[in-house]
This record gives sequence, C-alpha cells and structure tokens, in this order.
Amino acid sequence: MTDTARILVFIDNLAGALHKVQHELLTLARSLGEPVAAVGGVPDEALLAELGSHGVATVYRPAADLEDSLVAPKAAFLANAVRAAAPSAVLLENGFGGKEIAARLGIKLSSGVITDAVAVAPDLSVTKSVFAGAYTVVAKVTTGTPVITVKPNTIEAAAAGTGGVPQVVEVDPGDPGPAARIIERSPKPATGRPELSEARVVVAGGRGVDGDFGPIEELADALGGAVGASRAATDAGWIEHSAQVGQTGTTVSPQLYISAGISGAIQQKAGMQTAQVIVAVNKDPDSPVFEIADFGIVGDLFKVLPQAAEEIRKRKG
Amino acid sequence: MDDAATLNIVVLVKYVPDTQFDRQLDSGTYTTDRSESILSELDEYAVEAALQLIEARGGAKAGNKVIALTMGPAPAVNAVKKALQLGATEGVHLVDDALAGSDAAGTSLALAAAIRRLGPVDLVIAGMSSTDGETSLVPAQLAERLGLPQVTFAASLQVEDSTVTARRDGERQAETVQAQLPALVSVTDQINEPRYPNFKGIIAAKKKKITELALADLGLEPAQVGAAGAWTAVLSAEPRPARSQGIIITDEGDAGIKLVDFLASRKLL
Ligand SMILES: Cc1cc2nc3c(=O)[nH]c(=O)nc-3n(C[C@H](O)[C@H](O)[C@H](O)COP(=O)(O)OP(=O)(O)OC[C@H]3O[C@@H](n4cnc5c(N)ncnc54)[C@H](O)[C@@H]3O)c2cc1C
Repeated sequence: MTDTARILVFIDNLAGALHKVQHELLTLARSLGEPVAAVGGVPDEALLAELGSHGVATVYRPAADLEDSLVAPKAAFLANAVRAAAPSAVLLENGFGGKEIAARLGIKLSSGVITDAVAVAPDLSVTKSVFAGAYTVVAKVTTGTPVITVKPNTIEAAAAGTGGVPQVVEVDPGDPGPAARIIERSPKPATGRPELSEARVVVAGGRGVDGDFGPIEELADALGGAVGASRAATDAGWIEHSAQVGQTGTTVSPQLYISAGISGAIQQKAGMQTAQVIVAVNKDPDSPVFEIADFGIVGDLFKVLPQAAEEIRKRKG
Repeated sequence: MDDAATLNIVVLVKYVPDTQFDRQLDSGTYTTDRSESILSELDEYAVEAALQLIEARGGAKAGNKVIALTMGPAPAVNAVKKALQLGATEGVHLVDDALAGSDAAGTSLALAAAIRRLGPVDLVIAGMSSTDGETSLVPAQLAERLGLPQVTFAASLQVEDSTVTARRDGERQAETVQAQLPALVSVTDQINEPRYPNFKGIIAAKKKKITELALADLGLEPAQVGAAGAWTAVLSAEPRPARSQGIIITDEGDAGIKLVDFLASRKLL
C-alpha cells in the first residue's frame, strides 16, 4: 500500500462525538490506507479533533450545512468530495441511509457498490454473508471507485493516537435534484441501552413473553445488552416495531443473542443467525430455534431469565 | 403527472426463491437457483399499496393504472401474473438472456429504461427489499437514474394532489417524509395486509395485457447489463457451515444459573 491510497469515510453528523460505528469505519480506513473524511456540513471543533485523533489529515465539507433532505443532497456532495479526494475506496455505514447514499453515489460515479461488508481486505475485496447467513461471499468492485457499506462490529475501534488537527477543504455541494424531505421527527425516548443493530449482546422476546417484556429487559440490562423481539411480539403491540429482529426488521450479528419465547421461524432466523453465540429458552423441546442454539434451555422464560439476571448481578458484585 | 385526477403507478415485482426452502447459489456462476420460486412476499405489500391508492380514486375504470413490472427469465412472468390476479391493470416482463447475472447497477439501468418507455409515471413502488439479494440498492439506484426523489421504508403512505407523504419508523426516531410526484417509494410489511387473489381476479387476469420487452426495445446493448456489464464481481462463495446444535438442557430449577455458567465459559459476561 502506497501512502497515496486514501480511504474516504462519510461522516453523517456535524458535532462530536462520533458514534461507535464511525469509530470502527475510521479504524478500518486506517488499516487500508490514509483515512480522509467527508462531513455533510460544517463540523464543530470537537468533531474535527476526534477525526484528527483517528489520523484523519483532511476533512472535506460543503460551504454550508446540507439542506435537511434525505439521501440525495448527501450523495451529490459526497460525489464531489470523492472527485476532490480521489480515494481508492469510500466507506459508509450500513444502515438504510448509508446504503441509499452509497447506491446513488455508485450511479453518480459509475462505480460498483458492495453492502453488508463484514471484512475489507487490503486489496479491497469484501467479505459479506448473503441469504441470511447461508453463504459467505467474497466480492470485489470491478468498475470505478469501490463504494462499501460496512456492518457494525467488524473491527475493534481504536484511535491512532497521533492527533493533529485536520485540514478542512471546501467542496461544491453539487445539485441533488428533486429530494424527499423530513417534515416531522418524533425522537424516541432514550432507553439507556445500546442500539439494537450495534449491540454486542441482544436479548429478544417473542409471543412467549405474553405481553410482559420485564424479564427480557431485566436480563438485557444485567448484560448491558439491547432488547429485541419477534414480529409476533411487535405485531401484538407489546414492544415497538423498531425492536423487531428478522427479515423485515433489524439484522443483528452480536457476540451473544439470547432468544426467549421465540419459535425460530425462518424470517426471525434471517435476522440473527450470524450471531456468534445463540442461547434459546423455550418451553417446547421441539421448537426449531433449538436447531441453531449453542446452548438451549427447555423451560419457562419467566423462571429462567430472572434467575439468570439475579446470578449475573451477584457475580458482577 | 399526465392528469391530476388519475394515477399511473409502476410496481416492481420480482420472482424469487421461496424463503421457505433452502436457498442455493449456483456453484459455477454464483447466481441464484430459482427452481422453487414465487412472487416475493415483500412485493405483495407494494402491489397492495398501489391498489389501495388507485381504488381511492375510482380504480381502473376512472383511468388509473397499476403496471406490474418484472425483470427476469421466462418463469418470472408468474410474478406479473400474480400481481394481475390481485388487481394490477397491466404487466410488463423485461426478459433477455443478456440480463442474466446483472448486479444492482445493471438491473437499475434496464428497469429505468423500461419505465421511461412506459410514458409519464407518477409513482414507482417497490417492496422493502427483495427477499433474495437483500442489498436494497436497486430502488435507490433506480431513483437516481430516473432523477426521482425516493421515500423508502414507508410504513404508511398518502398521496394528495402531487405530494406523497409517508411515515417511517427508525430506531432513534419516527419520521414523516414528504416528496413531490413523480417519486419512488418503497414500502414495509407494516403498511397493509395484502389481499389474496379471488376467483374473479384470477379470471380477469387472463384478459389483461402483458408486454414483453427485450434489451433492443430499450435501446440497450448486451454489454451494458448482465455479468458483462456488472460493476462488481463475486470471487468466491462458501456455504456457511450449518450451525450445529449445541447443548440442550431441561430446566430443573437451576437453568438460570447454568445459563450464566455457560456465558462465563464463553467469556460473555
Ligand atoms: C413477510 C413476512 C415477514 C416476516 N418478518 C419477520 C421478522 O422480521 N421477524 C420475525 O421474528 N418474524 C417475522 N415474520 C413472522 C414469522 O413468520 C413468525 O410468525 C414469527 O417470527 C413468530 O414469532 P414468535 O416466535 O414470537 O411466535 P410463535 O411462533 O408463536 O412462538 C412462540 C414460542 O414461545 C414459546 N413459549 C410460549 N410461552 C413460553 C414461556 N413461558 N417460556 C418459554 N417459551 C415459551 C412457544 O413454545 C413458542 O415456541 C414474518 C412473516 C412474514 C410473512
């Protein structure tokens, strides 16, 4: 790798502090070359300092904050940032927004896009899993500047420790064309728990919780994890839809997934079977979820989960 | 819009491997084996959303259209037929051997050309993601190529005058999103309860028009699409080793403790 191999990371917020996944993206960029960043507005001092601590020497930004529209203005700006920086690859977050920006960027630059990366090698080949984890695929962009969206938890985030203040370069925001805009936002109350898609531990409940997520939340909190759910539980209104794990909900790949009162339908498995360790608690010994469990307990979740939470609190002191 | 009172809607439908069966990648070409295929169940929500929009405006009789568009080999026409049975007014099947192996860039190129050929369109509606490729790139790339705003992952949808409004449910916030027509929308499985085809619908579908289009009809060259025109390549594909069943115990009053012992043994505490 020569020192001209720049890796451009798109940073979607304007103020410090960076999120966990952004730290991971910058760490990954540093492992592949010289990290540079594109920020969709005017970054504050704190953000610049944080980017600097990741070894980012150059930050590209528009003259003013981009208008509050979805995707299109960000893609238009980012395309110009890529033209200015001439990087060997562009890295983005793998959320819906990140993928859509990547998709439009790919067309603007006539460049291939690869989503859902779990690893990016120095030759920029990308490892990802497809068909809900049934296959592990290595793919490569063959045309243009590789645009890659990277899943959370693919690398241990670390600062470079060589913090300088990055140089800021202004680029033309470009013409976004017609764009959708957000006309109303209702932020969800903070739970104090990690985000589902990024959490290292997820405890999920299904129809078996019968309206009471108390034991699920208690165990999640004992483990510092996020709370997930099956569609049966979200459809019943026991917990909000954004907790749904699966094909039409969030895909998670945590170190530990604890499934309780969930039968393990194919659409549920699609969202969790790449977890490193799966624990299942279900009172039906024939439940399909046991086929993929590393540790299964045939039992009542209302007894097993509180006992486990109590034991964890005891051991942690 | 061609006429303020009526809607012209294109719904993207896809013929995909049934998720109830194990899905296979062909070992030679890394393309999807489609021997057990159906209309993507996520596209049924898109068809339903389109039908509800035109039904609120007097349906097909009043001049509204729902055109079901699919791209794929010969059997893919079944996805269009299913959409026609549900109530779509006509179908378009984009079929050409050169399209095999297209990535998102090639797929969106061909779909964009097909949609332009259909004349003025108010809305393009897609499902939230195909249940097979799962990359979610095609709707956004199609919107980019057609110069349309995109409203993705709509959990509800209203069209009034020339404005489309949708609600989205994110992890950090719920949002209301708005765009001017023409626009591209993708809908989630929260948006409606898809209908089942009834006998009348199945009979009526047999009389509906399905137009077949090849690349030449769209002014595209074979080298622009398919494996030849792809901007990405799959270098290798390994089936993931099947998750073997681990330890299964039956609770005898101390399973919670045993669970914690297991977590400790895996250094997960
Ligand atoms: C288009 C489409 C998309 C879908 N997307 C998703 C998705 O993204 N995610 C998803 O999860 N599902 C999804 N589904 C639904 C999926 O098919 C299943 O219906 C759903 O996952 C079942 O949820 P469940 O396991 O909680 O309920 P059930 O299948 O009813 O299972 C409940 C389980 O709880 C156990 N149980 C009951 N009481 C207790 C107790 N006290 N202690 C321990 N165990 C107990 C029972 O033995 C049973 O196994 C989708 C379906 C469709 C058609």
